[in-house]
Order: sequence, then structure tokens, then C-alpha cells
Amino acid sequence: MNVGKQFKEGLITQNPVLVQLLGMCSTMAITTSIKNGLGMGVSVIIILTLSNIFISLLRKIIPNEVRIACYIVVIAGFVTMVQLLLKAFLPDIDKSLGVFIPLIVVNCIILGRAEAFASKNSVGASALDGIFQGIGYTLVLLVMCFFRELLGAGKLLDHQVMPAGYTPAGMLILPVGGFLCLGALIAVMQWALNKAQERKAKKAKEAK
Amino acid sequence: MSITTLLAISLGAILTNNFIFAQFLGICPFLGVSKKIDTAVGMGAAVTFVMGLASAFAYLVNQVLVKLGLEYMQTVAFILVIAALVQFVEMFLKKNVPTLYTALGVYLPLITTNCAVLGVALLNVQNNYNFIESVVYGITGGLGFLLAIFLFAAVREQLEFADHPKCFQGFPIALITAGLMALAFMGFSGLKVW
Repeated sequence: MNVGKQFKEGLITQNPVLVQLLGMCSTMAITTSIKNGLGMGVSVIIILTLSNIFISLLRKIIPNEVRIACYIVVIAGFVTMVQLLLKAFLPDIDKSLGVFIPLIVVNCIILGRAEAFASKNSVGASALDGIFQGIGYTLVLLVMCFFRELLGAGKLLDHQVMPAGYTPAGMLILPVGGFLCLGALIAVMQWALNKAQERKAKKAKEAK
Repeated sequence: MSITTLLAISLGAILTNNFIFAQFLGICPFLGVSKKIDTAVGMGAAVTFVMGLASAFAYLVNQVLVKLGLEYMQTVAFILVIAALVQFVEMFLKKNVPTLYTALGVYLPLITTNCAVLGVALLNVQNNYNFIESVVYGITGGLGFLLAIFLFAAVREQLEFADHPKCFQGFPIALITAGLMALAFMGFSGLKVW
């Protein structure tokens, strides 16, 4: 088990949203305010970790042919639990996230990690994978929320931070802003990864 | 319920509240299967069909759940219904329309995890639609998806020849394009039916 490597993969080199391009729907839809992003991110971390642990435990029992159906039932169970908890304790967040909480069931990140990681690795590694991938997802959400809320509404965490004379670019809060923001963010990520690769290639050349 | 309500639901689902551009449902297949117009249209048609069926079946299942007082099982029940439906559609296509079956390939089973399908089932319940309204919403929502993916595929085929910065290659430029299309679709929000 390699904690450092998993950490780096989840957050940067194999970031679920920016590199693996999973879970785009929710990333664009709910990132209109930091509160929403945090609620969604934490829900996904919890569900992803639990479902990874559970699927990893069951990986030798589930027959190969029906594994996807089994994964979905496991995931749906955890999603329902989180949804009920949110409804009971954080009704505001539940309301503003709306249909996207039950839709975590079909969020490709969770099914993708179940298929690609939890079904092949030990329980401990799967749990860590769930936590780190979940954090990677949450970080992207928070970055998107930060820019969209700050520039689109002039607020952060519902507090006015931009000077009173600032006219909010309302477009960023609208669906358009989601597409543009995520596109720009992935472009920055590709640029950074390319740069890192070039640097590595250069170093290898110099070493020769 | 009257024809006007149904018309309002349809226009809303296709234009003003387009599943892709206004509600962010079904983005994965929208970005994944939109490189060629043919496959995009095939995917759109399959999704429309599954969404219509899923709305009908989910409505019936929900009726049963409400009667038994098991509303909290909605998500689990709906996803099972959808998975079964997709399996059924897959078997049907394999036997009767093999050309479309091979063209859709791996994306057919992936309709199960298309959030537009589960989304429409959940939204129907949320909006308290009756049976006919649910089915109409499902089918027109699918048509909206078809329209969006068709337009996007047409733009994307041309995008291959366009010159853009290297770091924008692939997904980023596709997302920016989709964003601009969403901006265009916002123009429909002024549309009012009676």
C-alpha cells in the first residue's frame, strides 16, 4: 500500500474530474456557491469511501457477470442513507442540491472507482482511494465554486466581498458559466501536466 | 390537464429547460458520443426511447411504493427499473436492429448510468406529474437531448479543423463550445406559452 502515491494520484495526476473526466454533470450543475460545493463534496467523499470499502469486501463474492448491477445497488443504498441524513440535519443544503443528491448513484466517479480500483484491491487501499479521490473531486468543486460565486455574485460564503461598485457577471452563475469554468480549468490542468512532462523529458536528456 | 399543459411541458423540456444546456443532466454521453453525427443521433434516439419507457415504468413503480409507504426506496427502485429496461432494449436491438446495436457499442449499457434517465424519473416525482405528463416529459426531454447532441456533434466535426491553443485540445475546447451553445439556448428562456 502506497499512501503517498495514492494521495498524489487522487488529488493531481489522476484527479477524477480534471484528468479522468468523470462526474462532470454534478461538477457543473451545483458549483454556484461554496456552501453547495462543500455539501456535495462531503457527501461524495462519504459515499465513495463507504462504497469502495463495501465493494472491496465483496469483491470475491460478487459474480463477474452481474457485478455492475451489484455495485449500483450497493451505491444506491449508501446514497439513500446520505440523502435521508441530509434531509434530517441539513435541510437547506438538501433543498439547494435537489435532484443531484439522488443522482450521485449514477455519478461516474463512484461506479468508475468501484470498477477500476475497489474490485481489485484490498479493503484498506480501497478506503484510502475513496477518501483521496473524493478529496480530489471536492477540491475541483471548491475551486469552481470560488470563481463562480466570487465573480458571478460578488460573494463568498454568502458574505459580500467584492466592493459595492462591482457589477456581478451573472452569466457565471448560469449554466453557461459551468461549462466555461470547467473548460478553462481542464485546460489549465492539461497545460500544467504537459509542462511537467516536458520538464521531466528535459531532465532525462540532460542526465544522459 | 389539457393540451396546453402538455405543450408547455414539451416546449420546456426541449428548449427552455433543455436537459443538457439548462439542467446539466446527461453530460457524459453528450461529451463522449458526440464526435460523429451518425452515432450521436443513434445515441440520442436510444436515450429518448429509454427515457420515455423509464418515465412510464418509474411512475407505476412509484405508485406502488407510495401505497406501501416506501418512498425512501425511490432511488434504489428507479435505478433497478432503468437497468432492467436498458438490458431489455439491448437484447431487443441485438436481435432486431444489429446495425444500430454495433454502432452504439459500449455506450448502450452506459445509458443505465446516464443521469438524464434517472433524472427524468426523479423530476417526474418531484413535479407531481401524472402518468401522461410523465411520459410526455420523458419523451420530450429525450428529444431535447437528441437536438442538443446533434447540434453539438455537427459543430464538433468542424472543430477538428479549427486552430486552438494546445492546452485546450480535446475536452476543454468541447466544453467551451458547449458553453457557447448553452448561451444560445438561454435565448429561449424568454419563450412563454400562453
